[in-house]
Amino acid sequence: MARRENSEINAGSMADIAFLLLIFFLVTTTMDVDSGISRKLPEKSQDQNQQDVIVKEKNVFDIVVNRNNQILVENDQYVTVNEIKKLAMDFIDNGGGLSTAKDDAPAAPCDYCKGARSPLSSDHPSKAVISLQSDRGTTYGMYISIQNEIEAAYTELRNRLGLEKYKRSYDDLLKDYKDNPSESLNEKIEFLKNSYPQIISEPEPIK
Amino acid sequence: MSKFKKKKKGLPAISTASLPDIVFMLLFFFMVSTTMRETDLLIKKPNLPVANEVKKLEMKSLVSTIYVGKSKDARIAGDKIQVNDKIIDVKDVPSFILSEQALRKEEEVKFMTTSIKADKEANVGTILDIKEQLRDINALKVSFSTTKGNDLKSNF
Repeated sequence: MARRENSEINAGSMADIAFLLLIFFLVTTTMDVDSGISRKLPEKSQDQNQQDVIVKEKNVFDIVVNRNNQILVENDQYVTVNEIKKLAMDFIDNGGGLSTAKDDAPAAPCDYCKGARSPLSSDHPSKAVISLQSDRGTTYGMYISIQNEIEAAYTELRNRLGLEKYKRSYDDLLKDYKDNPSESLNEKIEFLKNSYPQIISEPEPIK
Repeated sequence: MSKFKKKKKGLPAISTASLPDIVFMLLFFFMVSTTMRETDLLIKKPNLPVANEVKKLEMKSLVSTIYVGKSKDARIAGDKIQVNDKIIDVKDVPSFILSEQALRKEEEVKFMTTSIKADKEANVGTILDIKEQLRDINALKVSFSTTKGNDLKSNF
């Protein structure tokens, strides 16, 4: 019996099979990266009869949006969205008074603030509260735009302080930390965060 | 005729031997980068607002998504809330989040994020209601899903 030589497997159709799979994945793929504005909601306190925290009027930056997407700031200024960032920055960075005294640190003026130090505006970034009150009928797009501007104000202040102190902006530090996390970087980031803490209050919407 | 034949003989065939390799390379790329769409939208696809101060959502496996938008039927007014494959009421949001939490390991629960994908025409009232419900069950990490861009004017 003559042994037949092993004939090679025909690989010509491999390309076809691969193409078929390729087209399947091409069609089903979605490459959108989920991104968004992240917020941490305030915890609900279990305590029923807890005391209201009293915050001085000058330490609160009031933003009110009505159902026609009109914005009122500090109850007397009618502004557009892109003006909020500047106003919020001026307010947070004012540094007109002393910070709250804690166990480890006595009350001290804000030594990194570059604001006007007006006695009529916020005392210290750690005391400055931004209050955003919206109407139930406000559109979500407007709400997000304002949140975005507030976020931008904080980021810019942190960036500025970062450049001054570490020659590296807050955004860059975050990026560095992502590439190679280290304790010293984390410390810097936490310092910047605590220097300009985000204190945003959202009261009940206008009915 | 003989002229044509001569020419044909001179043309070398393009080698297609490396074609499968190229195709396989593409195939692997798409296989790795692909994420399968897991839910069918019952509401109109939310038109996400634009923002420039966005953060990437990490750890996709720990994200539960809530969609808010208009109904596909134009006659039905108001915002609809969709999770997984059904449209639900605001008061059912906690049970959805709790069922999502039950699927994860206990130590991962505190890293779970709720991503709200809402249409830019939606009412803030609906969003605030959802936020209130999330606060009730202590699911405090929230991300408002947006597209990255600088054109804030298009939001309103």
